[in-house]
Amino acid sequence: MKNDPSALLREAALETARWNTRRLFFRQIGIGLGSMALGQFLSGCQPSARTSAQSPLQPQPPHHRARARSVIYLHMAGAPPQLELFDYKPELAKLDGQACPPSLLEGKRFAFIRGTPRMLGPQARFAQHGQSGAWISDLLPGLAGVADEICFLKAVHTDQFNHAPAQLFMHTGSPRLGRPSLGSWVTYGLGTENENIPGFVVLTSGGNNPDGGKALWGSGFLPTVYQGVHCRSEGEPVLFLHDPKGVGRDLRQASIEAINQVNEQTFQTFRDPETLTRMAQYEMAFRMQVAVPEVMSLADEPDYIHRLYGTEPGKTSFANNVLLARKLVEKGVRFVQLYDWGWDMHGVSDDTSLANGLSTKCRQIDRPVAALLQDLRQRGLLEETLVVWGGEFGRTPMQENRLGLDQAFTGRDHHPDAFTIWMAGAGVAAGTTYGETDAIGYTPVSGKTSVHDVHATILHLLGFDHERLTYPFQGRDFRLTDVQGELVRPVLA
Amino acid sequence: MVPLSAGLVLGGLLLSGRWWAVAPVGFEAEVKPLLNKHCLKCHGGVKESGGLNLMTRESALRPGDSGKPAIVPGNPAESEFVRRLRSHDPDERMPLGAPPLDETSVDLLTRWIAEGAAWERHWAYRPVQPVPVPGSDRLRSGGAWEQGIRNDIDRFIRAAWAGKDLAPAPAAAPGILLRRVSLDLTGLPAPEHLAKAYLADPTEAAYQRLVDSLLASPAYGEHWAALWLDLARYADSKGYEVDSRRHVWRYRDWVIRAWNRDMPYDEFLRWQMAGDLFAADLRLPHSEAEERYLATTFHRLTSTNDEGGSDNEEFRTAAVLDRVSTVWEGVLGTTLACAQCHGHPYDPFTHTDYYRAMAFFNNTRDEDTREDYPVLRHLSDSSLLRLDSLQAWMREIVSPAAAQQLRTFVRTWQPSLNSLRADHMEKADLYAQGYLGLRHGGSARLAAVDLSGHTELVYRFGAGKSGGTWRVRTDRPDGPLLFEQRIPATSFRWEIGTVSFPPSDGVHDLYFSFEHPGLAPADLGVQFDWLHFRAAFPAKADPQGQYWQAVFRSLVAEPTEATPVMFENPPSMFRPTHLFDRGNWMSPAGQVSPGLPDWLLPPGMEPVEDRAGFAAWLTHPENPLTARTMVNRLWGALFGKGLVFTMEDLGSQGVAPTHPELLDWLSWRFMQDHRWRIKPLLRDMVLSATYRQDAAATPEALAVDPYNDYYARASRIRLSAEQLRDQALALAGLLSPRPYGPPVMPPQPDGIWKTPYSGEQWKVSQGEDRYRRSVYTFWKRSAPYPAAMIFDAAAREVCTARRIRSNTPLQALVTLNDDVFFEAACHLARWMQAQDTDPVRQVSAGYRRATGLPPEPQVLQPLLQLREQALAGYVGESADPGDLVFLPPGQRTPETAALALVANALLNLDAVMVRN
Repeated sequence: MKNDPSALLREAALETARWNTRRLFFRQIGIGLGSMALGQFLSGCQPSARTSAQSPLQPQPPHHRARARSVIYLHMAGAPPQLELFDYKPELAKLDGQACPPSLLEGKRFAFIRGTPRMLGPQARFAQHGQSGAWISDLLPGLAGVADEICFLKAVHTDQFNHAPAQLFMHTGSPRLGRPSLGSWVTYGLGTENENIPGFVVLTSGGNNPDGGKALWGSGFLPTVYQGVHCRSEGEPVLFLHDPKGVGRDLRQASIEAINQVNEQTFQTFRDPETLTRMAQYEMAFRMQVAVPEVMSLADEPDYIHRLYGTEPGKTSFANNVLLARKLVEKGVRFVQLYDWGWDMHGVSDDTSLANGLSTKCRQIDRPVAALLQDLRQRGLLEETLVVWGGEFGRTPMQENRLGLDQAFTGRDHHPDAFTIWMAGAGVAAGTTYGETDAIGYTPVSGKTSVHDVHATILHLLGFDHERLTYPFQGRDFRLTDVQGELVRPVLA
Repeated sequence: MVPLSAGLVLGGLLLSGRWWAVAPVGFEAEVKPLLNKHCLKCHGGVKESGGLNLMTRESALRPGDSGKPAIVPGNPAESEFVRRLRSHDPDERMPLGAPPLDETSVDLLTRWIAEGAAWERHWAYRPVQPVPVPGSDRLRSGGAWEQGIRNDIDRFIRAAWAGKDLAPAPAAAPGILLRRVSLDLTGLPAPEHLAKAYLADPTEAAYQRLVDSLLASPAYGEHWAALWLDLARYADSKGYEVDSRRHVWRYRDWVIRAWNRDMPYDEFLRWQMAGDLFAADLRLPHSEAEERYLATTFHRLTSTNDEGGSDNEEFRTAAVLDRVSTVWEGVLGTTLACAQCHGHPYDPFTHTDYYRAMAFFNNTRDEDTREDYPVLRHLSDSSLLRLDSLQAWMREIVSPAAAQQLRTFVRTWQPSLNSLRADHMEKADLYAQGYLGLRHGGSARLAAVDLSGHTELVYRFGAGKSGGTWRVRTDRPDGPLLFEQRIPATSFRWEIGTVSFPPSDGVHDLYFSFEHPGLAPADLGVQFDWLHFRAAFPAKADPQGQYWQAVFRSLVAEPTEATPVMFENPPSMFRPTHLFDRGNWMSPAGQVSPGLPDWLLPPGMEPVEDRAGFAAWLTHPENPLTARTMVNRLWGALFGKGLVFTMEDLGSQGVAPTHPELLDWLSWRFMQDHRWRIKPLLRDMVLSATYRQDAAATPEALAVDPYNDYYARASRIRLSAEQLRDQALALAGLLSPRPYGPPVMPPQPDGIWKTPYSGEQWKVSQGEDRYRRSVYTFWKRSAPYPAAMIFDAAAREVCTARRIRSNTPLQALVTLNDDVFFEAACHLARWMQAQDTDPVRQVSAGYRRATGLPPEPQVLQPLLQLREQALAGYVGESADPGDLVFLPPGQRTPETAALALVANALLNLDAVMVRN
């Protein structure tokens, strides 16, 4: 770029300082970090927030020392059956085929179970693995090999039993549309470390977007700059990233230079700091056009990495997305959110059966997930990267009996009361299990953990007090954990 | 301890010698902010720690748990409140666990109590009063401040400059003003004929003509609708997992038409709140009745959930709660949603107030059904004529009331019971989460059906095989048989059936059973959608009666498009409203009736008991919030921010108005002088000298007023997502003027719609639909139009009272690379080429078209240089003009391609993306 922006940027910084004064003047209420966020990029629009000199995404200090610098969140959309994967219940096998006792049904709402269903024993073989002796089923042999990296939370519960609301709850802290997502909160709080790549990246696989739709990575009432950027493995990795056909890099550079030269004149006339910001954003867009395809390409990865992850370059696959996630956090992306669709094992067909459907899905994720933990460990990134794996709720210990009828395939209905998620990496107590369910995996008996608790814990690992990461909306300071959430200390290393 | 510390307080005050010397303490300006900040969190609407609630004077004067009154008016020494603020005991001193208040604040609170501890109602809750316009005594007499004043708005603005070193900016250049007022009023650059007329003769009279033409343009409503559709959370889909299409575009068109014909805002609100209650009138022409129904679609735009296994009541409840939030935040500028779980922490709304407000919207027929019932059926014109004849016959032979019921039923299929309220299902289920389906030997109950006066049932059903028998018994599974009906096959298409039964007064549980021995156990035999109980059709025996009955049946069964609307439950279907403990719908507490807090009711107003009453209150001239909220919003649209910065919250947690007198003066004028008409109010605003100033900020002006709170210059505003696309299409000459109709699909990248369980696809619209105004773009909640989202469009999931304007690199990528913008650039280039053969003049013409101003040399130079570079590239090997697919094949020359690059740059200039 010909015009040296540094003088203009200094001027922008000055403008920002004035702007901040204004923000504090606007609303002198205690809003924690929120009172420092956002800033000049909002055209006089927001009463309070975090500010930075050049970009709202500039790195920000957290509340306390962070253990995690980045997050990779692997969400299995549809809700994987904990009873076939991690929550081993030999007692349940003994009850297999028996009618469900009424006491388990009283006061419960089910999505599809009607009348009296039958109990369904575990549909996989379990063994203990690693020093920690974690129970993992034979459906996930690769993961079993890295069991000692993992901390299982086996008594997580939600209050939603339908996919879209439960996914929204898991990722925005509310089952209704309209709240900011976890990744948005984190980027709002911490900014990003690589200004050439979006700070919050979303990758999807499994053939469909998750049931909750784009609201799962939306910014809700936070400024849209904090929404997740859905990077795609087909077409452009980021929407509108490619120059139009017939416009090469040199012409794009020439046009951005011309735009910014004219904009500089505009600034000289109007003295509007927004103009300076816009100039900087055009330059950043230009850099992003180079940086994003680079990071989103798997071509430069060595063969052994491809073998390790089981990637299939050129296709849309969960394995590809997991490897991309590693590349993205390596480049300083703050929050990488993966959704893999197709885990809704109702047993209404072969591909939703616990026999075939589940083993297919497990084969798709087992190798890449294990590879991710090994690879991050090997690169020294696991110490600063938090990996979370889970679904939106659990599945019943009963065989689903849609319409009150016996089904041809084994399957389980939605179950909000108890399910397993796991965490690994930065600041997490590796090789441990927290929380326990009863003998049939139906109800937590210890270590009961709510979705808000999970959020509080993730934010804690990132250096936040979840009660202080707030944003003013509809007359009050909102936070991810609403009015709830307790840090789950036993999960911390 | 008590006397000692109180003595110290008084002593301190007396010694300070300020006791009598200063003006009385202002509650709203001085005391309330301190209470909000330091006290109300624990002693307010949410918590009443120690039994103390400082929200109202009444509650604050009550003795707390200690038995001592916290505040004794006129007597700080006896006030526990003051003692606790002054205490040195960390277990006692307030605020607990936080730093003590500074001396000035404590003095202030003490004085306030000494002066009688008056509670003042927050400004926004006091009725709007007439405000005198500041006279010349309040403007700096004879000085520059009086020069160039255009109307009273300027007098208010300039009166606020007293004591400030401010002077009005010069008037904006005609080209700038033309672009500004046109984008502001119509969302588009001025049409050529208006631009020419005004620029040729930019006088005051010509400006007024320009403004009047813009206000009269059909583009006006298409622009301002966006503001309302954000509040109404308008979308073309339902939300959540399945997110299927919802046909509500007729409501969107109703909004555009209402703005275009300048429907008074009170009427606009009245129909949206309660139009259905005014639509059931035989004398109304169908078109007017239809409008009143369509307006109520406002309340049916809530997200609903068709996901398998979801609880319909849960999402029905969520939709009703959303109505409360939407009306209060969007129309009343009040954050009532805070009171959903507990009393409002800062404003005087109780937990009960919230649910009484909810009760207005809770007793309607909608139940989260798949078909979005209740709906308005859009019958063909000829069917409406037949309906007129039918109702005339019915009126004559039975009664006007019967004719009215018949008309209502034909138009809405209401009042009907949705089969999804069935329970006690055996070998039966709610199929697709919405329809009662019975298998062979299946049974179900429909509880509490009022059969009084009814001997006929009209029902919507579908069945696979013929030969099934449906029986309905009353009161018990083996109770008396009400009727038995053979079910014909319909290939599971929905059809309308009718059955008669003997009179049976009173409310009964109905027990359904279904037999069809030919079905396998898992086979669905019959499913029901809705059931409508009515009096028997009259004169069935005579040929005339038979004829009209056939007409009636064909009208009811006619396949039509339909729009969800509001429909109040008849008394027999009354749905009570309960408080929800901590806001949780699963924990209903006491029952409440619809109503409003007494203190918000204008004196002498009729009790407000239903939606019609609510609408009357909403539009009452003494409603303190409605006019202020709207005036503030309109001001914000023209001046970049509201007079109250927080447009969504005029309450005590919102930002105080910068110009309270002007806000009230405009609100009064809106209601009293303009009779709630919006166009004359906008006209007042854009005719002011304040609006017409230049936007350039001198360093001096920036030093005095960096954020333009005093309006001594114009604000620069980044165009909205809709304006940016529409402007690009208009500059390119591509924009279609076709108004109204079903939503359209302009180009968007592939693969945006990947919703599970949905076969719907984005198919790019052909012909001029590709270039329609953005208000017509299909809005899918789970996958909204991406370029608009990147430019901060509202997701339309919930009410959005204020869009935040961000400035990001992703936005640059849209306007540089999106097909929509690049296609526009290619066509703008062709326009530029058509103006002149000289490249310099081509570029100049493009710049002038895009910005409203001729280019200065230092602006022209980089654009010309870009053209040179691009031309060299397209002439040489590095770029191929043939790749510019949006140019017609014969015109893909290096010259045109180079100009397209310039046009692409023009559409990305700050001066084009912002209105100056």
